[in-house]
Amino acid sequence: MSKATEIMTPDAVAPQDHEHHDHIPKGITRWLFTTNHKDIGTLYLWFAFIMFLVGGAMAMVIRAELFQPGLQIVEPNFFNQMTTVHGLIMVFGAVMPAFTGLANWLIPMMIGAPDMALPRMNNWSFWILPGAFLILLSSLFMEGGGPAFGWTFYAPLSTTYSGDSTGLFVFSVHIMGISSIMGAINVIVTIFNMRAPGMTWMKMPLFVWTWLITAFLLIAVMPVLAGAVTMVLTDKFFGTSFFDAAGGGDPVMFQHIFWFFGHPEVYIMILPAFGIISQIVPTFSRKRLFGYASMVYATGAIALLSFVVWAHHMFTTGMPVYMEMFFMFATMLISVPTGVKVFNWVATMWRGSLSFEMPMMFAIAFIVLFTIGGLSGLMLAITPVDFQYHDTYFVVAHFHYVLVTGAIFSIMAAVYYWLPKWTGKMYDTTLAKWHFWCSLVSVNLLFFPMHFVGLAGMPRRIPDYALQFADFNKWISVGGFAFGLSQLIFLALVIKACKKLGDPVSSQVWEGAEGLEWEIPSPAPYHTFETPPVVK
Amino acid sequence: MKRLTTQVAKWAWHLPFMLFSSLLFADTTAGEASSLNLRQGATDISGQVYDLHMLMFFICVAIAVLVFGVMFTSMYLHRKSRGAKPANFHENVKVEIAWTIVPFLILIFMAVPAARTLIAMEDTSEADLTVVVTGSQWKWHYKYMDRDVEYYSLLATQREQIENIFDKGDNYLLEVDRPLVIPTGKKVRFLITSDDVIHSWWVPDFAVKKDANPGFINESWTKVNEPGIYRGQCAELCGKDHGYMPVVVIAKEPAEFDAWMNAQEAIAKEAREEEQRLLSMNMSMDELMREGERVYNATCAACHMPNGEGLPGVFPALKGSQMALEDMPGHIDIVLHGKAGTAMQAFGKMLSLKDIAAVITYERNAWGNNTGDMVQAKDVYAVANGN
Repeated sequence: MSKATEIMTPDAVAPQDHEHHDHIPKGITRWLFTTNHKDIGTLYLWFAFIMFLVGGAMAMVIRAELFQPGLQIVEPNFFNQMTTVHGLIMVFGAVMPAFTGLANWLIPMMIGAPDMALPRMNNWSFWILPGAFLILLSSLFMEGGGPAFGWTFYAPLSTTYSGDSTGLFVFSVHIMGISSIMGAINVIVTIFNMRAPGMTWMKMPLFVWTWLITAFLLIAVMPVLAGAVTMVLTDKFFGTSFFDAAGGGDPVMFQHIFWFFGHPEVYIMILPAFGIISQIVPTFSRKRLFGYASMVYATGAIALLSFVVWAHHMFTTGMPVYMEMFFMFATMLISVPTGVKVFNWVATMWRGSLSFEMPMMFAIAFIVLFTIGGLSGLMLAITPVDFQYHDTYFVVAHFHYVLVTGAIFSIMAAVYYWLPKWTGKMYDTTLAKWHFWCSLVSVNLLFFPMHFVGLAGMPRRIPDYALQFADFNKWISVGGFAFGLSQLIFLALVIKACKKLGDPVSSQVWEGAEGLEWEIPSPAPYHTFETPPVVK
Repeated sequence: MKRLTTQVAKWAWHLPFMLFSSLLFADTTAGEASSLNLRQGATDISGQVYDLHMLMFFICVAIAVLVFGVMFTSMYLHRKSRGAKPANFHENVKVEIAWTIVPFLILIFMAVPAARTLIAMEDTSEADLTVVVTGSQWKWHYKYMDRDVEYYSLLATQREQIENIFDKGDNYLLEVDRPLVIPTGKKVRFLITSDDVIHSWWVPDFAVKKDANPGFINESWTKVNEPGIYRGQCAELCGKDHGYMPVVVIAKEPAEFDAWMNAQEAIAKEAREEEQRLLSMNMSMDELMREGERVYNATCAACHMPNGEGLPGVFPALKGSQMALEDMPGHIDIVLHGKAGTAMQAFGKMLSLKDIAAVITYERNAWGNNTGDMVQAKDVYAVANGN
């Protein structure tokens, strides 16, 4: 890459300048045309953060409406658009791009590669994303509003009974899917071909392992999602009857297809988180990760099992009892490899030498709160009780524990962990403490009482509710506003870090940090590992 | 400072568990509608489900206490600030096998009672009474098999309560005009389906939640022990008014139930005779408009809106529409039979001929649609019977 630049523009770069390969293009074109994995990683991360704030603003609308019973702020139709687009943005716009951003930044540095294997495709896979979300968001301003059928877009609510904006929804999901698949291909090709000499499979950092497995999941299921939205499109606009019983179709088949994508998707959003936590916990325990091999096998087991549990989202659709049993037992099995992971983290901490810098604080919060979400997941697996939990706030509590205090907290842990490496400066530790404690208290105020209202019988996706749910909903909304505001502290901290304010850090940054990314200078130069390192 | 932070950290992490443990106290009031926990409900099955739920809950709490206990102990004992030196171990085959096998055994312990309850819940055989439950946007329809009784059940909460103009009643959003009535002590089978999108029929006190899928029929059952009023809601997102689609079931002693059923059959018979009489009568414009406005607000306004303007792009306007101004047979036809492939339902079986005549007259004369057209029951009857 840099060699080509040198030949084509000999005047632009001083030949004797030893750091010439670190010349960084300026202006907007740097970002538009970049093929640099660090630039693209930064773009992904900023995009994800902006989407997190946009999706969060929609959650604020939802919580404002649910602050008290009755209709105050929005109409039910708009409320449904908010729940739908909030879900789509958080899943496809915030969590997944954030993980892809981290993969871009870190995988080449962790395996000793100069860049991602397919840098131009890397550029493309990012730059189609803003378009996809512009399409999705613009549909909110259409006559009749945006998609209002939930992020799960069950037919026939999303076909015969949906608004005209469904076409835009389908198109934007297609683009998101293409972006994810390209990102996944890039990760796989990079890891297979560009590991430094000596970086054998079982020496790879766990973040690389979990992302490799995630990438295979993405390639397996994103086409299924594309198929589902395409069938929705043709059912709505071109007279097919995939999901319409009157034409020989079956609305429940939609759910089978959707959840065959949807359940592996859940692990797409959590396996990289497992990888992050497995990097952070050993560093701040100053002790090697316990059970490295079993971590790798557990990740693989979770990924394989994720393909045979999808119908646990559908226990109330009326399945034969033997199918309900199969999906109940298969789902329960997932808790075994997941448990192994949690036990390994705890065993890593055991008899370590622990310190509690911000990445570790978020990692510990992750372990506790994700485990709570995992345990409520185990309860949800039990079919006869799931009949009571299904489609109530108990489910909302469950998946927000695994996605917000799970996936999102792991992303924040990752940002705190690697930000000094990216900028060369320590972040503002006072702001970080404020961010952590405000987030921790408010997120539990936000999501924990949802267990109670769910058990007491409040269905999800309703704009108004019976009076016995009023007290808890008020507290949930207060927690929601507080959690939303807390993220502005994080925004301030990240902006400060990007302006390169703060104390300079060493290349290792953290006392216990080990791995190739900690051997290059801080901030990480624009190009790294042009000559591959040798891993002993 | 660091010490204080650690203390606060511990307190904050324990907070969820203090909240969780308050669940246990809520247990004492279970059976009543607890605001914290699942209900024991009114049937043997719902009691079993509740027990299963509590078993799972306690196992999960025990696992959490154990795992987090070890972790917090380690966070206290093995702090660097306390001078802890890291140990060197990073694997232990025996331990790793143990914590793979033990959870597996716990799972088997959970799976056995769960499977037993599940099999009992799915056994819909040998029912004493069968009710067909049909969901549609946004109401339930109940039809008693082998009896001549069927009716719609609509939300009875006033619009003004939802819009915060009136105070909200005790059963806000959980009240209907005509509840489903079933006998106690009898096995009642529900055949559940839908006319449009997917709904889900849920009564928490029976532990019955089953999706209503258009074009397919699901089965479920209950056997209620105690007479009473049991309230639930639609549990599957079904469009705009998903939150306004409650389920109310009244369980009566069998003798009372039989009396109620006979009375309903008599009322249904009378209504049919009344309908025949009306065919030869004409109603005045005032009467039609008054009745029509009532029917419109109860049945049509949810989509076409009280001002007749609909929701642009979702539900069409009636105000100034070609159909409401000109095409009268088409107008009667669409109200009677609905329009395939859209949200417009067939109201022929929901409304009486008189109601349909009144509401069409209203739609053709309200909001500036001043056609002067009057529609009588016999006009509707003519379209309904194809002449």
